[in-house]
Amino acid sequence: MRYTPHTSSDKEQMLHTLGLSRVEELFDHIPQSLRERAKISIAPGLSEVEVKKRMASLAARNIIPGDHLFFLGGGIYHHTIPSAVDAVISRCEFSTSYTPYQPEVSQGTLQATYEFQTLMCQLTGMEVANAGLYDGASAAAEAILMARRIQEGRHRVLVSRALHPQYRAVIATYLKNLGDIQLVEVPFVRSGQTDADFLAREINEETACVVLGYPNFFGVIEELSAIQAACARSGTLLVTVTTEALSLALLRPPGAWGADIAVGEGQSLGIPMSLGGPAFGFFGSRRKFIRSMPGRLVGETVDGEGRRGFVLTLSTREQHIRREKATSNICTSQSLCTLAATVFMATLGKSGVRRLAEVNATRAYEARDRLVQEGGLVPTFTDPFFNEFVLEAKGLTRRLRGVLAKKIVPGIPLAPFYPELADSLLICVTEMNDREEIERLVRAFAES
Amino acid sequence: MFEGGSPGRSGFFWPQEPGSVSERIPAHLLRDEISGFPEMGELEVLRHFTRLSHLNYSIEEQFYPLGSCTMKYNPKINDAVARLPGLSLLHPMAPPEFIQGALELLYDLERMLAEISGMDHVTLQPAAGAQGELTGLMMIRAHLARQGNPRKRIIVPDTAHGTNPASSALCGYEVVQIPSNDRGMIEVEKVKEAMSDEVAGLMITNPNTLGIFEKNITAIADVVHGKGGLVYLDGANLNALMGIAKPGDMGVDVLHINLHKTFSTPHGGGGPGAGPVGIKGFLQDFLPIPRIIKREGTFELREDCSSSVGRVRSFFGNFGILARAYTYIISLGSDGLEEVSRMALLNANYVRKKLEGHFHLPYTEPCMHECVFNDRFQEKYGVHTLDIAKRLLDYGFHPPTIYFPLVLSGALMIEPTETECRETLDAFIDAMISIAREAKENPALVKTAPHSTPVSRLDEARAARKPILRWEPSKG
Repeated sequence: MRYTPHTSSDKEQMLHTLGLSRVEELFDHIPQSLRERAKISIAPGLSEVEVKKRMASLAARNIIPGDHLFFLGGGIYHHTIPSAVDAVISRCEFSTSYTPYQPEVSQGTLQATYEFQTLMCQLTGMEVANAGLYDGASAAAEAILMARRIQEGRHRVLVSRALHPQYRAVIATYLKNLGDIQLVEVPFVRSGQTDADFLAREINEETACVVLGYPNFFGVIEELSAIQAACARSGTLLVTVTTEALSLALLRPPGAWGADIAVGEGQSLGIPMSLGGPAFGFFGSRRKFIRSMPGRLVGETVDGEGRRGFVLTLSTREQHIRREKATSNICTSQSLCTLAATVFMATLGKSGVRRLAEVNATRAYEARDRLVQEGGLVPTFTDPFFNEFVLEAKGLTRRLRGVLAKKIVPGIPLAPFYPELADSLLICVTEMNDREEIERLVRAFAES
Repeated sequence: MFEGGSPGRSGFFWPQEPGSVSERIPAHLLRDEISGFPEMGELEVLRHFTRLSHLNYSIEEQFYPLGSCTMKYNPKINDAVARLPGLSLLHPMAPPEFIQGALELLYDLERMLAEISGMDHVTLQPAAGAQGELTGLMMIRAHLARQGNPRKRIIVPDTAHGTNPASSALCGYEVVQIPSNDRGMIEVEKVKEAMSDEVAGLMITNPNTLGIFEKNITAIADVVHGKGGLVYLDGANLNALMGIAKPGDMGVDVLHINLHKTFSTPHGGGGPGAGPVGIKGFLQDFLPIPRIIKREGTFELREDCSSSVGRVRSFFGNFGILARAYTYIISLGSDGLEEVSRMALLNANYVRKKLEGHFHLPYTEPCMHECVFNDRFQEKYGVHTLDIAKRLLDYGFHPPTIYFPLVLSGALMIEPTETECRETLDAFIDAMISIAREAKENPALVKTAPHSTPVSRLDEARAARKPILRWEPSKG
């Protein structure tokens, strides 16, 4: 049988040891009423050849970059993945090992995670970072819960409407059942920035935290000085959420702006798009808040011989110790994905991540300029962006049909998320869109 | 990695491109270089991680009998398939017409998991078991809220995994703990005492974390249902049940499944996993969005479900993991999956029989896919479960789960899984018996173990007292 190595001789010997004659006797004690209905009605097993055929056929029914051109961002990004990444995460020592509860035989995972924590601190400009959460959206929700723990007694949470719609949905889901939280939506203004005046008026001593995208869903780089000052004045925590982690290789990091908690999605760092998962949420904060942090933390220590080693630490925050009083319910996280990001960041290194981010930005700006000058599109927002921007056109839906017919998926229409921006399109350009692709995009719009 | 390398080194090459970001983005929005980021060549990077990998134990190295973790073989074909460009180069915001193959995979996986667990509908969105628990509890809460009162409490047995009470708290519920009896099972009477119309439901693991089938489960479910509550099954131990008993037939209303346990997706050193949730039909209005609908052979996404609990995760869930589990399920099929549980039970019972007498077996009820001992026999020599676990490392084995469940002091929870052959089990058994003998004849050897691992016992107290959570350049 597939993967079960027992020969009939093995079974005989083992049953003999147990003093039994049939395997069924092992579950004789299960009520008959359950046993008789337990048959699994799915197709019988397949050979490896058949499995590969079936999966190839499913895969062939999806359209991918190469078949068509894609300019999609909105929280998941098409980036290069250095070959070194796959080579490392395919190693069975990393992929088939368990959570490092026995640190003496898990120093590989533990040290790599410590390095990951360090890299995320450096990238975000924060003092500490955990070992990762499920995704950027749940990380944003967990940040709010953490702010609530730190600012005990404060019940208001201000969330920018310019934050990714799905992230706002996940936040709402997580907070809904914790009756005392008042979720206030903060509008955005004409420039695409979150309304700083609204925040200045609304932040008060009841406010646990303010949550903004950085950059936001429109790709706009939020100006955080005034907002951070308003937060500081009333002891409100500033939470930034970065869906495009690569942007932090170029942009002023959240820590430099004075953010208290910096979270986001790490998929851009060496992880395939994979229909949106698995990837990981990163989570950084101030050292003074570590005991309130969710997720695993790896710390440095020594062994009996004074050799440096690494262990899971501050576990009294976690569910296996604190149970209902834990900072989060998270157990299994996204370890192999954070390893991929660690290899990515190590391979690109200080100059490489910068260079890659610059290529993204310069190509995106060039594409934006050409789409405006030659493609007949108009900027919805004019503020600086990283690699995604919003353009609009009258009769967008009709024009999109024309572009799609040329095998180009030019962006994400904003209509389903922002009805007042029904003619707008969120376009993303990365290093994977070369000059020729940008040329085709511009011409397709010009001709539509 | 921060201690090696050299300034200016990189493993990345990209030709210079025209244009300058400083002409586009104002200076105050740009950062300085990332201080401390590594600067290594590609070969240096690979050596760094290859050497690190040698410090890790893994399933492909040797036996990994962690109870309730189901450390079975992670088939290579699953990884190969998940890497197909047609499954990995997919953007989740692509028009549904562009991802029909992916949607078909998800739709079929929902159905197969429902069939395997005896439930009516499945959502694949939760990223792990704990997130599945939260999702399931939210659906229970939404159902009760619709009836007028979400209620205040959840009953959780003392053998429950820590995520059960943690998830309950995250869903706004208080936790009422009930004790297992001296045979390791929950009694109907105890549930009756705890159950009221302020109790939303009960979370149960079956078989429980002692590896024992909760034979009163249907009667327990009746008590809970009788007062309008719902029953949640933590599906972590589903590896014991396939073809033997379906949770859906036990009175279970909601459950989660750990794809990284029963369905062979790799543990990855701590994830990613996936925690799909199965429900009975009466809860379907509350399923997270988007829902995948099949209409005239085409797959569509529905988000206009006004009673849905909403989204728990961005996009579709851990699709790469879902694709691996799908591959596993179609590879094994009905016959293969049924054999999985039969052999899981055979292996666990075999190990239990052989270790009886050498280690104290606190519960003599029949075990299913895992067996639990403790250190009662070894304590008198000053040797404890932790020491036994560390000494096993010297024998080349990963220890079982230790100190869980909490109902037992010094628990040693052994789950061999079905992918182990008899010779491996015998080698493990011999090692355990040898350690039992060492405990008696040479306890110091056991108490100072491990001796042959890359590092010896690490000072965890120091790590917690003076947390050093990142590398920093040494000063001076």
